[in-house]
Amino acid sequence: MMSDPYFIAVSVITVASAIIALEFRELIYGAIALAITLLGIAMFFVLLDATFVAMFQITVYVGAVVVLIIFTIMLVRREAWLKLDEGGRRRVMGAVIALAVIGLVGALLAGSSIARWQASENTPTLIQIGEEMLTYYSPAFIALAFTLAASVIGALVLAKVERGKEREMENEKEGGVEGTEGAGSEKGRGAEMEEGGR
Amino acid sequence: MAEILDYTIVSIILLAIGIYGLTVKRNFIRMLFAVEIIINAANLNLVAFSRLMPVPNSTGQTFALFSIAIAAAEVAVGLALIIVAYRIYRNIDIKGLKRLSG
Repeated sequence: MMSDPYFIAVSVITVASAIIALEFRELIYGAIALAITLLGIAMFFVLLDATFVAMFQITVYVGAVVVLIIFTIMLVRREAWLKLDEGGRRRVMGAVIALAVIGLVGALLAGSSIARWQASENTPTLIQIGEEMLTYYSPAFIALAFTLAASVIGALVLAKVERGKEREMENEKEGGVEGTEGAGSEKGRGAEMEEGGR
Repeated sequence: MAEILDYTIVSIILLAIGIYGLTVKRNFIRMLFAVEIIINAANLNLVAFSRLMPVPNSTGQTFALFSIAIAAAEVAVGLALIIVAYRIYRNIDIKGLKRLSG
């Protein structure tokens, strides 16, 4: 067990960068650490001989999702969040829950027969995956296409804002407690917002 | 070649990290990170268990592909929600979003 040095290296990188993604103070470095986590998962897929899934993972996650997240962070970044304090008690409870999950599922696995299961050397080819996806799973494929289209349209509708409405909202906010934003930063935000919406 | 159990252990650790992030963090974007980590742990399991078949079987990898695509859609909607919440509340602290609950 645990004889593969590549596997150990990739798992250390993946788990460490997952922790950094959640705990690093600066949000944008957290996003980069998340990208490294997702790349580590892609490396796992390569180790499992699922190269097409690995390629898909890199294209979709590192190429699209992380870039989208970084744009959103740039759009909404504010210094005040760095002081967002979770509180020690909350943190301890979260760690206890996480360790309980590891302990419970680990105990279940240790008692099961999964340790004796052997991975087979036979892996499906790209042709097989493509055939299965476009024949047997074609209804799911079509439903997935509609789901993606609907979510993209929904995201655009949510993020879109009419010019007048935004100004109205701003005036409302300016009178409120949090009216600390400068008027100059608002102009740049409109252009950024359109980019982040995609 | 590492065993299936090793991949499952890594997947459990990632799941625990994700649950920790969801319970502790108050920042909306951080919670999205945690969700991403959990989804990836699940995908890792799907692909690892598809290796158990003695005959080459592509079902696990196909499911992982579908799962990745659905996760991308979820991220798009989640980020749009963050932008809307930020525009209304000027904050992404989860505590400030209580008005959403009506």
